[in-house]
Amino acid sequence: MSGHVRSYPTSAGITPSKVRSRKRTERLELAVVYAILILFALAFILPFLWLVLGSFKSSTELFANPPVWLPSRLHWENYATGFTEFPFLLYLRNTLLIAAVNIVGAVVSNTMIAYGFSRIDWKYRDGVFVLVLATMMLPFQVTMIPLFILFQKLGWIGTFLPLMVPAFFGNPYFIFLLRQFFVGIPKELSQSAKVDGASEFRIYWQMIVPLSMPVVTTVMIFSFTHAWGDFIGPLVFLSDNKLYTLSLGIQQIMSENDPRWPLLLAVGVSMTLPVIVIFFLLQKYFIQGITFSGIKG
Amino acid sequence: MNMNQKNTINGILFILPWIVGFLAFTAYPLVSSFYYSLTDYDIINAPVFVGFDNYKQLFTGDSLFYKTLGNTLYMIFVGLTVITLVTLVVAILLNNRKIKGLSFFRAVFFLPTLVPFVILSILWIWVLQPDSGVVNTILGWLGIDGPGWFASPTWSKPAFILMGIWGAGGSIIIYLAGLQGIPESLYEAAAIDGASAFGKVFHITIPMLRPVILFNVITGIIGTFQSFAEAFIITEGGPDGSTTFYSLYLYQNAFQYAKMGYASAMAWILLVIALAFTLLLFKVSNRFGSDE
Repeated sequence: MSGHVRSYPTSAGITPSKVRSRKRTERLELAVVYAILILFALAFILPFLWLVLGSFKSSTELFANPPVWLPSRLHWENYATGFTEFPFLLYLRNTLLIAAVNIVGAVVSNTMIAYGFSRIDWKYRDGVFVLVLATMMLPFQVTMIPLFILFQKLGWIGTFLPLMVPAFFGNPYFIFLLRQFFVGIPKELSQSAKVDGASEFRIYWQMIVPLSMPVVTTVMIFSFTHAWGDFIGPLVFLSDNKLYTLSLGIQQIMSENDPRWPLLLAVGVSMTLPVIVIFFLLQKYFIQGITFSGIKG
Repeated sequence: MNMNQKNTINGILFILPWIVGFLAFTAYPLVSSFYYSLTDYDIINAPVFVGFDNYKQLFTGDSLFYKTLGNTLYMIFVGLTVITLVTLVVAILLNNRKIKGLSFFRAVFFLPTLVPFVILSILWIWVLQPDSGVVNTILGWLGIDGPGWFASPTWSKPAFILMGIWGAGGSIIIYLAGLQGIPESLYEAAAIDGASAFGKVFHITIPMLRPVILFNVITGIIGTFQSFAEAFIITEGGPDGSTTFYSLYLYQNAFQYAKMGYASAMAWILLVIALAFTLLLFKVSNRFGSDE
């Protein structure tokens, strides 16, 4: 009886003061975590803020020492002049054209290739797929010089072709992403379609691709953001300044003597904004694509 | 024709674009790159065969080559380590059910990765201006006299590391997804055993996350060897060669000094490095097995 009673004090001793103190430490811990996270978040937002604020400043305010945080008034004319002074619209048109062709090429070629690596059983398939994965890590610089020489011999340097044609021949990362998704679609679906007399191509185009729109969207987004921001490709392959993309055009203007920085910052904000809007509209596809690439394993 | 043959033909037809692309844009360039690496080639005149002279010159007669290797290794040993630690800490802090606003934080950390290289470079030139930049202003409030960053041979690489942290949101997302895959029951068991918050991190989180960390670090090493645009745009390798990284020097040799053969030798050395790390990745990650 007494033993029975003695077994209580511990649990009785915990409540209520100890629970309260445990709760207090937990709350303190949480506060510290929040503080650190908010500090990091501020540090991540600050450069953006500095860019946006800078794009509305006058030249004098931009170079002021000590720095000026807020512009005396919003210099919207940085944007207006930026769009007209640089061949902004021409560069924008070039970039969009390259991006559009890349998206089409990426979707058509990679869905086909991924289908061949997942929905059809053939003998050397998985061995060949290892080769695809091995090329995933290949630095562009390794093939850059021979590609330049090859494209020059073909007369492609100074045209958009070097930045467009390769998109139609598959990209290991996209193949991997799509294949992972295709593998998860039940085999029975294809089999019953085959019984009904559908060809492999019809199953691919009318069944598997429509079922895979989430991952196809991810491929389209990454294909766009890559073409939009690519720098080394245009730098190496475009020699004619009428063909420049936004990235290359802006860099060329930067490297001039005494560039007009407020205009550059305004153009910079304008070039970043579309990608950010796309991110907020299609956030889940971005996150999906990123986690898929790094985690499966 | 039996079913197997038909499948093989269909399979090859479907992957045909990849086969053609692999031969034309990967295999052929690799082979011809090796040939060019054994020549003197300035693009205008025909290549002249010189054997392994380019390699000999790189390893025995080019101190700048060693300097670029050193700069790149600095970015791996110091930069990648710092970036890995910061992204891990942020991800671990975010992986707390009691934290509200997860999607807000995730968006904030991911957004910088969307900024195009050129704009990223413009932005950081301004943020790290020695006199009028925001970082040195804030350091000034704390009584610290901020360094010259991109203008200083000592601080130029740390400046690129800061940029690297800012652009590493992708790793935070990947780590976070990995953390969410760790079963809650492990932490509960540890809590019953009286483990502290740090104990849980070192005995559960880090070991469970090891494959993801390895994957990120190995791809990060290959990525560091490739990194080009920022240094090309911001510093052009300076000051005093302190930011001439491997890929930048390769590009300069090829397209500024028209030493295609010499640059091809560098490309082949880079290929060997990338291949070694890719093999390592295959070894440590079962993701590259036959199926997921």
